[in-house]
Amino acid sequence: MEELPGRLRHCLPFPIKRISVEMDLELFYSPDRGQYHSTLILAQLIKHLPEENAKIIGITSHDLYIPILTFVFGESQLEGSAAVISTYRLHNEFYGLPANRELLITRTGKEALHELGHSYGLTHCADYRCVMNSSTYVEDIDLKEGRFCDDCQESLGVRCA
Amino acid sequence: MSGKHSILIVDDELSVRQSLKHWFLEDGFDVETAEDGQDALEKMNSGPYDIILVDIKMPGMDGITLQKRIKEIDKDVIVIIITAYASVDTAVDALKHGAFDYVTKPIDPDDLSHLIRNALKQKELSEENVRLKENISEMSMRDQIIGQSTEMKRVFDMIDQVAGTDSTVLIRGESGTGKELIARAIHSRSKRRYLPIVAVNCGSIPETLLESELFGHEKGAFTGAQYRRKGKLELADGGTLFLDEIGDISAKMQVDLLRVLESHSFTRLGGNEEITSDFRLICATNKNLEQAVEEGEFRKDLYYRINVFTIFVPPLRERKADIIPLAEHFIEKYSRQMSKPQRELTEDVEDTLRNYRWPGNVRELENAIERAMVIGNETEITEDDLPVHCKQEASNGNDLSLESLEEDHIKRVLKEFDGNVTHSARALGIDRVTLYNKIKKYGIKRED
Repeated sequence: MEELPGRLRHCLPFPIKRISVEMDLELFYSPDRGQYHSTLILAQLIKHLPEENAKIIGITSHDLYIPILTFVFGESQLEGSAAVISTYRLHNEFYGLPANRELLITRTGKEALHELGHSYGLTHCADYRCVMNSSTYVEDIDLKEGRFCDDCQESLGVRCA
Repeated sequence: MSGKHSILIVDDELSVRQSLKHWFLEDGFDVETAEDGQDALEKMNSGPYDIILVDIKMPGMDGITLQKRIKEIDKDVIVIIITAYASVDTAVDALKHGAFDYVTKPIDPDDLSHLIRNALKQKELSEENVRLKENISEMSMRDQIIGQSTEMKRVFDMIDQVAGTDSTVLIRGESGTGKELIARAIHSRSKRRYLPIVAVNCGSIPETLLESELFGHEKGAFTGAQYRRKGKLELADGGTLFLDEIGDISAKMQVDLLRVLESHSFTRLGGNEEITSDFRLICATNKNLEQAVEEGEFRKDLYYRINVFTIFVPPLRERKADIIPLAEHFIEKYSRQMSKPQRELTEDVEDTLRNYRWPGNVRELENAIERAMVIGNETEITEDDLPVHCKQEASNGNDLSLESLEEDHIKRVLKEFDGNVTHSARALGIDRVTLYNKIKKYGIKRED
């Protein structure tokens, strides 16, 4: 995940740093579902916010869920400080395909940018190429680009490089 | 999902409400949640929703009962049932009672996404369907204004002048002159033509009903208000509101209407929500509004508000050149409707139609032709097919002077008394000498 900040900076020109946090994810594990409750993880994650006005995004290899849905790729506080994404369903191997590390990093970068976009107040975008387009399949993630569309850039007040 | 659609999530589980709320907020929805049926029904009072997600199993009012109550309030809202695998049979029952679809917990994100997209598409399609139906009836009416006379050409010019603007139009003319057709012609040539023209005949509806007809009402606003209903003001949003017989509305309704015309906002009866509606106003009346203002029956401020651009539709007797083309148009219309061959007008009939004064205007002419098409022969319309009063008046020409009426009356009375002058004079209330003088003056033959 060392490459991840590089996948975000072109659209989010803010200081980005990797930090390690200690968190017992087993507290958020549902034995019935074999998955981890992303909303509860978010609530813990926010306690590790390094400074005020910062945003924190957690990346986990565990499969995430919210109670009503079968799974989520990630979750974010809309206009909030924290987001979490899972790489569990971003691996090619999950779909019975050969591993592809570059593709995994690309997908992870897109999902991280997507959830951070929510944390900056963006909602889903109808433009299928925009990273803020809603993804319910991994193919949707592959279809979109790793950047905000012009309208979302304008809403966010940034210009993607 | 684009656009600001609204959604209400009804579930007794907090975690379900929260997670769905979050999901839909990220999708750009306006989201409200309710923890039970009662809460949901109260939330419905604060605003209409595009979609309501209802958990089937809740303490108190269950999802099926709630769904029925929701549909009683707003029959157009899309209801989606959330169910556990164990209650699929009940969910199917919900479909029979009008639910759009059901989803089973936990929901696959892609299924939910598709379901919501389809639901909104269905809602948009049915709304569009209503609009298109309005447009079709609109377009079929557009070409029904028949007029070759100079007077009607002037009306057509005025329609063209005002149609492209958003100005309020007041159409004036006697009953039956086709004021509504003029209003529809203006709408169909305006930039609002793709949205409906909503017509209200203010003269034919009692005041209390007119209020709810215009402003709409919430469920329970009055006895018999079983459903929330949008008023005509709301339905005309984006389009045109046509208020026919505006001169007949009550003093209270004049005040209410003036307020709406000034702000374009109002509340439904029994409701608190401020609703705004962007409509173009066209009014029509056969009343002398100036006189009504003078006599204090019509508010001066409302008069000025609606009297921006006035079109006078001339009565049929003042545009005789249109009578025969109109008659032929109606022959064609009714021969098609009745599956009968087209008929010719005899020369006598044409003269009669031209000479009659048509107090009921185009509507009366249409009725006369319809009647003739029912009773006449297969090839032509003769004088026998026309209403008796029409022939009688026409045969007297257009002379409606007092002298002419006096002559007719004397002839009738003499005929009634078999030419007996003494009896006739007594019946007329004049002496015999005066009656003899009048018989001489009008050249009346006694056998007349």
